[in-house]
Amino acid sequence: LAAEGYEAVCPGEGARAVPLSGHVGFDSMPDQLVNKSVNHGFCFNILCVGETGLGKSTLMDTLFNTKFEGEPTQHNQPGVQLKSNTYELQESNVRLKLTVVNTVGFGDQINKEDSYKSIVEFIDAQFEAYLQEELKIKRTLHSYHDTRIHACLYFIAPTGHSLKSLDLVTMKKLDSKVNIIPIIAKSDAISKSELTKFKIKITSELVSNGVQIYQFPTDDETVAEINSTMNGHLPFAVVGSTEEVKIGNKMVKARQYPWGTVQVENENHCDFVKLREMLIRVNMEDLREQTHTRHYELYRRCKLEEMGFKDTDPDSKPFSLQETYEAKRNEFMSELQKKEEEMRQMFVQRVKEKEAELKEAEKELHEKFDRLKKLHQDEKKKLEDKKKALDDELNMFKQKKTAAELLQNQAQQAGGSTTLKRDKERKK
Amino acid sequence: LVAEQRNLEGYVGFANLPNQVYRKSVKRGFEFTLMVVGESGLGKSTLINSLFLTDLYSKDYPGPSQRIKKTVQVEQSKVLVKEGGVQLTLTIVDTPGFGDAVDNSNCWQPVINYIDSKCEDFLNAESRVNRRLMPDNRVHCCLYFIAPSGHGLKPLDIEFMKRLHDKVNVIPLIAKADTLTPEECQLFKKQIMKEIQEHKIKIYEFPDTEDDEDSKLIRKIKERMPLAVVGSNVVIEVNGRKVRGRQYPWGVAEVENGEHCDFTVLRNMLIRTHMQDLKDVTNNVHYENYRSKKLAAVTCNGVDTSKTKGQLTKSPLAQMEEERREHVMKMKKMETEMEQVFEMKVKEKKQKLKDSEAELERRHEQMKRNLEAQYKELEEKRRVFEEEKANWEAQQRILEQQKLDATMEKNKKKGKIF
Repeated sequence: LAAEGYEAVCPGEGARAVPLSGHVGFDSMPDQLVNKSVNHGFCFNILCVGETGLGKSTLMDTLFNTKFEGEPTQHNQPGVQLKSNTYELQESNVRLKLTVVNTVGFGDQINKEDSYKSIVEFIDAQFEAYLQEELKIKRTLHSYHDTRIHACLYFIAPTGHSLKSLDLVTMKKLDSKVNIIPIIAKSDAISKSELTKFKIKITSELVSNGVQIYQFPTDDETVAEINSTMNGHLPFAVVGSTEEVKIGNKMVKARQYPWGTVQVENENHCDFVKLREMLIRVNMEDLREQTHTRHYELYRRCKLEEMGFKDTDPDSKPFSLQETYEAKRNEFMSELQKKEEEMRQMFVQRVKEKEAELKEAEKELHEKFDRLKKLHQDEKKKLEDKKKALDDELNMFKQKKTAAELLQNQAQQAGGSTTLKRDKERKK
Repeated sequence: LVAEQRNLEGYVGFANLPNQVYRKSVKRGFEFTLMVVGESGLGKSTLINSLFLTDLYSKDYPGPSQRIKKTVQVEQSKVLVKEGGVQLTLTIVDTPGFGDAVDNSNCWQPVINYIDSKCEDFLNAESRVNRRLMPDNRVHCCLYFIAPSGHGLKPLDIEFMKRLHDKVNVIPLIAKADTLTPEECQLFKKQIMKEIQEHKIKIYEFPDTEDDEDSKLIRKIKERMPLAVVGSNVVIEVNGRKVRGRQYPWGVAEVENGEHCDFTVLRNMLIRTHMQDLKDVTNNVHYENYRSKKLAAVTCNGVDTSKTKGQLTKSPLAQMEEERREHVMKMKKMETEMEQVFEMKVKEKKQKLKDSEAELERRHEQMKRNLEAQYKELEEKRRVFEEEKANWEAQQRILEQQKLDATMEKNKKKGKIF
């Protein structure tokens, strides 16, 4: 990843210039770098955002002179989905892994408030994947397949009037996340004069709404002029076609109407050539670079700040990721421990409460039975008293009985003797 | 991601990408850090000057070898050179004092410290939240100078290379090769390579290439390793040609003559063909090694190695997320367990209470019944008693009556009747 790496751009900082007395040979460095990149292969990811039917797929096919995906999509999608396809292309010795991402169902819903959300989520997801890889301890950035979106072609419907509010809202949400290149789709529906007015209106609306679209770079003298001119032609009014029509003695890509033929690669007819030139032939590498050094960095910074990371001191003391990780981790671990402790305490509390409750119940139970026991004791005592009373009566009775019997016996004996006497007298 | 092949039916233009890369790289400029290590007097400074065709070390900026050092220092000189529109910021790192002491134990430590500190700087810069363009001051190549003894490697040579081969691209050179005859040089080279292999020292290896021509070149270079070099910036006339070389009474040792030494091979390899690869290997291998070791030490401290192996392939942020999730699950599990234990204990206690209540209830019932039985018994006893008493009293009354009647009779008989 040295081509994308953080190579110094502070040349000669603290270095003194010395003359060379001959050819050393390091002027081959750019070639060495290029050879390495070519061997490694390139990758480029384009996101096409626009309503269904604006010719997104056709434009991709036209740009890359090939047939990409299959079926055109229907209008009945419930939400906006992103479909991504990756292709291996080769031109002379240059291998390109091209990923085309399409927004399916964009603008088809009645309520379009959330349309931009899935797009933003998708873009963020690619940044996230890269960030995760970059943060791994054992990482393989060198062979990582970069899926971050390098260019977003925003398809504007050729109404001829102004941008739709959906367009403004969406582009505003995307402009800090991706390089936006706005294009007027199916521009063969607009007349030349209308087109100029349309472009001016669009540009002014973008400016007044603070939408940052991608500017072709003008810092490199080699391409500054052409880029600067092209910046003035934005948004590009394009026409796409894979059909070929014979013009003169050549077969050209065109759309044939009864009143004439729109030639895709005719710069008088549309800006297709300009788009291709800017997007592919001149600024493809810059689009990749901007994605990495600007949009990705912004995402990364926000993500890390969200998670509580921050540089200790902006300039003086170098920030140590390890220390921050460790600090974060400790903070996090102690937080977890605290939670654990809290939970334990809560349980201890509950146990205490329940124990007290049960003890209370136990006490009540014992009190109840103590009372019953007491009652029982009382009853028992009463019984005992009654028993005693009965026994006393019984004893008394017995005594009475015994006394009476004794008397009777005595009486009987006396009576017996009387009777005997009488009998004796009788006998006499 | 499965990529489908597509054929292009016409020129698209991304074949221009390499040119775009070229253009941007030239604008950015290049940098390279070269370290030279070896005992003093082995011609290190001369070689640098010869390689880069400049007086890096001159009267105004004397090389470290001109200064007497007691201990090993690590010194860097930064120069800016331009050629063919290409700008190169070259940093030469010198190690004066290396191997010059009587006791050279640990003389490699300052070197290791330097290399590590540059990696650390890069790591810190790379790890900032707010990242800015980072200069790459990491050491991309270390030329190790072997004294032309003709015998083999010295213990210090072996020790140094063993300690550094995992941290930097090491390219061993035979210094002052003009003191060896070609045959001596051959033998020396063979011996050195043998010892390097024996000690499993990993010197810089050329990457494989698919190009046949390049492969042939690389094989040729490999056969000549380690490169035997001679350095000089003195221009001498030899047979009408102006060459750089060293003048001896017996002839001129030409620096750029392939039959005299391997200087040209070194220069071509180091600067013209493999400079970028040296940087790439430093970035992709040596630096990554350093980084993963450093970060592993921080995030996996104290944890057993079987667990850490899996952790290394995850980013620390994802790592923390996972730990967090794990802990939450653990807490949940603990909570349910505690809850279960609690419930069970409560149930137990309640059951005990119930049993206790039942037992007490039973006993109370029993006592009540007992009491009732006794009551009944008592009543029965009383009833029997009452009955007996009643009977007896009835009997007594009859007896009394009888007695009364008898008395009445008697009285009647006695004429006591009025």
